[in-house]
Amino acid sequence: MSTVSEGLAQVSNTLVYSSMLVYTAALGAFVADLAQRSPALPAARTADRGRLVGVGGSGPAADASSEDRDGGRSVPDDALEVTTAAGPVRTRAAGIAVALTWLALALHLGAVVARAAAVQRVPWGNMYEFATAGALVVTGVYLVVLTRRRDLTFLGTFVTGPVLLTLGLAVTVFYTEAAQLVPALQSFWLVIHVSVAFVASALFTLGFSATVLQLLQERRESARTAGATPGRGRFLDALPTAADLERLAYRMHVAAFPLWGFTLIAGAIWAEKAWGRYWNWDPKETWTFVIWIVYAAYLHARATRGWDGRRAAYLAIAGYACLLANFLLVNLFAVGLHSYA
Amino acid sequence: MSDGRPPGAGTGDIAQPQLGAAGWARWAWRQLTSMRTALLLLVLLAVAAVPGSVWPQRRIDPGLVADYRLQHPTLGPWLDRLGFFDVYTSPWFSAVYLLLFVSLLGCVLPRAAAHWRALRTPPPATPTRLDRLPVHARRPVPAGREEQVLAAAEAALRRRRYRVRRLDGARGRPGASVAAEAGHLAETGNLVFHLALVGLLCALAWGSLASWSGQITVVEGRSVSNVVTSYDTFSPGRLVGTGELPPFSVRLDRLDVVFETDTSGSQLGAPRRFDATMTVTDAPGRAPRQVVVSPNNPLQVGGTRAFLVGNGYAPVLTVRDGRGQVAFSGPVTTRPMNGDYTSIMVVKVPDAQPRQIGLAGVFLPTYGVDADGVPVSRFPQALDPRVVVQVFVSAPGEDGLGVNTGVPQSVFRLDTRQMTRLDGADGGPLQLVLAPGTTADLPDGSGSVTFEGYSRFAALDVHDDPSRGWALATSALALAGLTASLHVRRRRVWVRVLPGTGDGPATLEAGALPRRDDPALVEEVDRLLADLLAAVAGPSTPGDSSGSARGQNESDPQALPREAETHWGRR
Repeated sequence: MSTVSEGLAQVSNTLVYSSMLVYTAALGAFVADLAQRSPALPAARTADRGRLVGVGGSGPAADASSEDRDGGRSVPDDALEVTTAAGPVRTRAAGIAVALTWLALALHLGAVVARAAAVQRVPWGNMYEFATAGALVVTGVYLVVLTRRRDLTFLGTFVTGPVLLTLGLAVTVFYTEAAQLVPALQSFWLVIHVSVAFVASALFTLGFSATVLQLLQERRESARTAGATPGRGRFLDALPTAADLERLAYRMHVAAFPLWGFTLIAGAIWAEKAWGRYWNWDPKETWTFVIWIVYAAYLHARATRGWDGRRAAYLAIAGYACLLANFLLVNLFAVGLHSYA
Repeated sequence: MSDGRPPGAGTGDIAQPQLGAAGWARWAWRQLTSMRTALLLLVLLAVAAVPGSVWPQRRIDPGLVADYRLQHPTLGPWLDRLGFFDVYTSPWFSAVYLLLFVSLLGCVLPRAAAHWRALRTPPPATPTRLDRLPVHARRPVPAGREEQVLAAAEAALRRRRYRVRRLDGARGRPGASVAAEAGHLAETGNLVFHLALVGLLCALAWGSLASWSGQITVVEGRSVSNVVTSYDTFSPGRLVGTGELPPFSVRLDRLDVVFETDTSGSQLGAPRRFDATMTVTDAPGRAPRQVVVSPNNPLQVGGTRAFLVGNGYAPVLTVRDGRGQVAFSGPVTTRPMNGDYTSIMVVKVPDAQPRQIGLAGVFLPTYGVDADGVPVSRFPQALDPRVVVQVFVSAPGEDGLGVNTGVPQSVFRLDTRQMTRLDGADGGPLQLVLAPGTTADLPDGSGSVTFEGYSRFAALDVHDDPSRGWALATSALALAGLTASLHVRRRRVWVRVLPGTGDGPATLEAGALPRRDDPALVEEVDRLLADLLAAVAGPSTPGDSSGSARGQNESDPQALPREAETHWGRR
């Protein structure tokens, strides 16, 4: 009594492969964009950075006031745009990259929708489907954020790269044929719980990328303060300051954290309906809880004197590691009510 | 803080304050309720929760724990002693979260008191130097409109849900002004969130005391009633009396199980549907009703819920003893071991005369033999069922099975230490392979075994937890509080009108102070000023319509240079 449509499943697979091709092209364009940005910086700004960091003030405000004095523009401290006297740097590569990412998103969306149509249910019932749908949401969330903040194209590399990796992992290691769900998953809560988890994970992914860039930028800035010439990573000069990146990361995490709390609660409600208890310390429940606690620690750290900046960033990275562990390790290895892979 | 010596003047010593017991207690309390301690406790809680997902936990699967202990004879008992198989009820885990909650309360309650006081104080007075604030702007307004402007400012700010206070210029403060404050909801949300977590913890505690759960197995065609003796496992909370179980009974009419039969995919044999059709009698004397129960659709009866969590086969056997009499007849609950439902079965026949009989083996829904010659099941549906058992007998007249000793035994384990295994014709152990409807005679006249047919059984997890409503309510409240605390902006805004010199234009000055990172504040101030200037009828001055924070560098002879833009000053 299989109602699975093989034809649609094939269409879905083809679309996944095509989207991977386009993602690769987009990744290349984003990398080209980063590489192109460094030489476009005015020398004054680079010198400014070194001087200002030497003074020890917080980057952007000091930037702003010094630029005031220099007779330039007053820039609010959330402007992450790289600006020159002529205006924001918008390389052609970035434009191409974003367009390619939209195309890849469309193909990817088609793949997921085709898979859903093939199995006549929401397309996240096993590891392969989790990975493809999750990666889709990451790209989707990034592009939505990009429409509101055009200056975040520098994150593109760090979004398309992991998405490509995830899709590669999905089609090689996780691949499962299109089929029905096991009875335990046939519930409306699957839609709610998992989709919110996807959006929260996508935002955590963006926050993680920003955090990693922040740490790299911080290392570079402190090297400059110490007077040494910083080593590799010239593309970082084209990126916002560590403090700006930190604030971007914070905003991503703040958006994601309540959503993850909702995931936790929705999961508990579903568990209550399906298994009779809302909390049984099942491995997946435990790790979802652990992730929430670690990100709560990150938020607390930002409010604790002496713990913000680098140490809080470590906590955010630890949280993301737990997120990956939750998805990869727990699904595959731990035994409990959640073993579906 | 000292109850000790006076400052050591003249002794050349540095006199340190002596802390008495109260002093030390106060110090410890302050350390416990500090943010840093809360942070460390949070990280510790996360770390402490991880072992529960690495090692098998008793509350999820006691069988796995027992297996682990058998496989790790030295490490196992030590882990057990240290609580690694019961992590979430262990003393060290409980210590972490209890300390965390004490720290939380110790921080939140004083903050709640402070917030209550803050809610009742009016917005603070306008600072003299508004241009020192992170966001400030100036616009010229026509002279003589001060009152109008300030009234418009008050109204505009009230519309934006600020609390507003009007101040007159006095005592050296130039110009009348309006002071406004908004965003108390953020702190309220923060406090609600943390207190709701405490409420959640209380709900969890109450739940573990007042809830009960148990597993019942019911075979097709049979019925069970909700008494403690029907349960295979029964775990009551401390406050639950076993006489309080609601008196319902259920009968399993039919269990429909469907497995994937599509041979083209990797999902062959995966379960697709479990539907249990049951007849339920809510209480003695009530009319029975029929319900279909499936994994996501529990049975609601007697205020409790029964969840379909497992199923298996129950082959029906008849065992005749050495004297030819029927010593056992009925379904035998088996335990499936894998996805193909190779199921362990054990039959104990203590009433067989003169020798007790024990059967131990497997039930295979679809008979097959693997590469080593071991019988296994090939598919979970009963396409070709077999019972494959070995036979054990006790010494004549003795209780080799041990059922009369009063010591409880697992129904899936046959203790063969007092039993003798029967041998087959070839000298090896006798292995009966029975197809449905066939009978096998045991050697030495010990009796016979007939495999009549098979039924299915359903394992129901019956559960009652009165705390779940509270848990849901407190967690929803926590989530609402969290969202408010993270996304509501705490701000203070001041608007002042400085009278101009002579007949010249007056200056409208605005300044705003964000509590923390607040990029939208600049736009807010811009829009506020634009609103105010629009509300003041009069010739528009070129400086009015500018005000984008990104700043246009257009110079305008009439506008005040650079101060017409809204500035980000120091943070």
